Amino acid sequence: MYVDQVHPKCSTTPLKATVPFTMDFFLSSRWPVPRHCTEVSRNVNMESLQSGYLFPEISMRESEHIRKHPDARLIRLGIGDTTQPIPDIITSAMAEHAFALSTVKGYKGYGAEQGNMALRTAIADKFYKDMGIEGDEIFISDGAQSDISRLQMLLGSNVTVAVQDPSFPAYIDTSVIVGQAGKFLKETGKYRNIVYMNCRPENNFFPDLSTTSRTDIIFFCSPNNPTGHAATWQQLKKLVEFAKANGSIIVYDSAYAAYITDPSPRSIYEIPGAREVAIEISSFSKFAGFTGVRLGWTVVPEELRYSNGYPVIKDFNRIVCTCFNGASNIVQAGGLACLSPDGFQALRTVIDYYKENAKIIVDAFQSLGLKVNGGKNAPYVWVQFPGSSSWDVFAEILEKTHILTIPGSGFGPGGNEHIRVSAFGHREYISEACRRLKNFL
Amino acid sequence: IARRKAAHMLKYPDAEVISLGIGDTTEPIPEVITSALAKRSYALSTQEGYSGYGAEQGEKPLRAAIASTFYKDLGIEEGDIFVSDGAKCDISRLQIVFGSNVTMAVQDPSYPAYVDSSVIMGQTGEFQKDAEKYGKIEYMRCTAENGFFPDLSTVARTDIIFFCSPNNPTGAAATREQLTRLVQFAKDNGSIIVYDSAYALYISDDNPRSIFEIPGAKEVAIETSSFSKYAGFTGVRLGWTVIPKELLFSDGFPVAKDFNRIVCTCFNGASNISQAGGLACLSPEGFKAVHEVIGFYKENTDIIVETFNSLGFKVYGGKNAPYVWVQFPGRSSWDVFSEILEKTHVVTTPGSGFGPGGEGFIRVSAFGHRGNVLEACKRFKHLYK
Repeated sequence: MYVDQVHPKCSTTPLKATVPFTMDFFLSSRWPVPRHCTEVSRNVNMESLQSGYLFPEISMRESEHIRKHPDARLIRLGIGDTTQPIPDIITSAMAEHAFALSTVKGYKGYGAEQGNMALRTAIADKFYKDMGIEGDEIFISDGAQSDISRLQMLLGSNVTVAVQDPSFPAYIDTSVIVGQAGKFLKETGKYRNIVYMNCRPENNFFPDLSTTSRTDIIFFCSPNNPTGHAATWQQLKKLVEFAKANGSIIVYDSAYAAYITDPSPRSIYEIPGAREVAIEISSFSKFAGFTGVRLGWTVVPEELRYSNGYPVIKDFNRIVCTCFNGASNIVQAGGLACLSPDGFQALRTVIDYYKENAKIIVDAFQSLGLKVNGGKNAPYVWVQFPGSSSWDVFAEILEKTHILTIPGSGFGPGGNEHIRVSAFGHREYISEACRRLKNFL
Repeated sequence: IARRKAAHMLKYPDAEVISLGIGDTTEPIPEVITSALAKRSYALSTQEGYSGYGAEQGEKPLRAAIASTFYKDLGIEEGDIFVSDGAKCDISRLQIVFGSNVTMAVQDPSYPAYVDSSVIMGQTGEFQKDAEKYGKIEYMRCTAENGFFPDLSTVARTDIIFFCSPNNPTGAAATREQLTRLVQFAKDNGSIIVYDSAYALYISDDNPRSIFEIPGAKEVAIETSSFSKYAGFTGVRLGWTVIPKELLFSDGFPVAKDFNRIVCTCFNGASNISQAGGLACLSPEGFKAVHEVIGFYKENTDIIVETFNSLGFKVYGGKNAPYVWVQFPGRSSWDVFSEILEKTHVVTTPGSGFGPGGEGFIRVSAFGHRGNVLEACKRFKHLYK
């Protein structure tokens, strides 16, 4: 009698050879406890993911460090998590909406999956005035991370994608999950079917499009996470022309637009022709401290068509109606308050606070003679450590100064030799962190 | 349905249209819960109370409260619970975990999101117009004749089995005996049951509230649920999914690990404000208030059931769910829907909208203000006397 006849369901390790079944063998410690495995194969795309998502990995390192050094005063400049309270005018609007749900008149059930029309219109008026984007081209969501994967569900597994290198990990990870990415190549640290557009100080953080292969989709984040670079009007014009010439769709992530200091474009739709080639995603997270509250939006212009002329917006609408049930109505009320004149003004103050943090961090690293990018148009500072492995630098900084940062290669191979320092934090921690870094480096 | 309703309202601008179609809750949320929602909102304006990114799996106290409220003594722990922004989103995230190469079975009739999300994932094959079915989906017929539980001996093996109980739209709550058979079926076939228990608190008799009441279910089932129909959170957005540690893919890899990865990559947690509301729902005072609202909708259901019974119809559901499944033998459900809308200005849902097995039935939802429900029933009595 052979084991695989007696136990058709798997055990912890797949049996490579049949083994004679005896009671002794069964009872021996070498035999794993029989348990039921289903016969459902694991999704091969999930197997392709190289490791955990970057940010929970950083959290794990943080926990380990705290265990090792329980008395250390850890300063978190890693995960870009907002820290400053949300202005009263906005939280009051949310509280008021919550109370209204207890009244017959104020109670609301299911909302439109695309979002509250007043909010959609307010976003169009505030951010896309004179760019020809209307409220009904805006889809309210529970944040960019959810939007990115709904877009990927929309695009499906048969499209080719390009990402910046380095970039926010969700574009690559969702691409792997949906089956677009192909095999992971250990030698390069890249997925075979993804085109990586290198963005380094040497090319002013904008890819050389003349050497970039055509892909169906181009993910482009500006101001950039992690490099902090805001693409110029000229650069974006080249990108839009490239997309037009190649018949590609740009997925433009403008989550940090509110941090722009100079005249760099805040929206891809400032570029003529962009409405025919680009989807734009954005978020209230970094703009309003809504990281836990959850609110964002995606713009899909009517003019954006598939190769057969079918409007992309119709399919996205179908995804939104089938895979989502709208953002929380309380949260949408908060979003509306964010866009009121007083709310927007109050948020500017908070954003300026983080921007001042960024300036302090930039100054600190520069005073140490390190080459620094970002920090001017984004709440991230991108520090160069030429010749060093970014995970090593990350570990050393953590060990020696108890400051959490993020190693650049967590954002792709192009991020190596860099560390990302986030400017979100209480001012005193930012100052303390800079003091420690100055002493250590 | 929304289109037909809008067209109807244009045609009869003075008619008082009553909606017993879409299962949308109508009664206000109890104050003990909205106070908690408001309190959390205000707290976000303070240094001590501000919180940024939360754990993608949900806030610990809420996960613990869900485990102890719904899964006490069932061996389901806080760590097995993933808080979400609602069942519809959870179903899609589960589909992303499973991928496009799995086969699936659904009840016929059933909530459309299982089939629709399956189509989007590429699991379903071509739609066959004549049969009104997708080629690669296994439809498990649930009829009045089989007590709305499929004859499993005629059901082909699939990787995934979507099963909703109490059922939307039929209102049928599977018995312990039936669910034991379902779990055994899944075990024998190495399948995964995705058990939708969004209406469990509407159960009046002693049918199981959770699939995990059935021994062995932890090795074959995922359960999803929602605060929508319990707490009127249809617009607030909060739900959860339970994935036991014991649920494994064929290579032994825990399903919960992949779901966790999806939750961390494709989602960023339910709103912290909504979660505070959820926690209040599960406090002693909150849970009592939740039961009162559910009781109100159950009374609505009784009124609707009594009405159709008194008119001589064969009526199903209504006892363990806020849906009444009324049979109109030999008639097209869209025709009946139109007739009811035209003659009584009441919106219902045609059964065939839930699959070919829904043909010949109308679903009447029991969510509505008491006055509207009574008025609608008055109009039904007038039409069908």
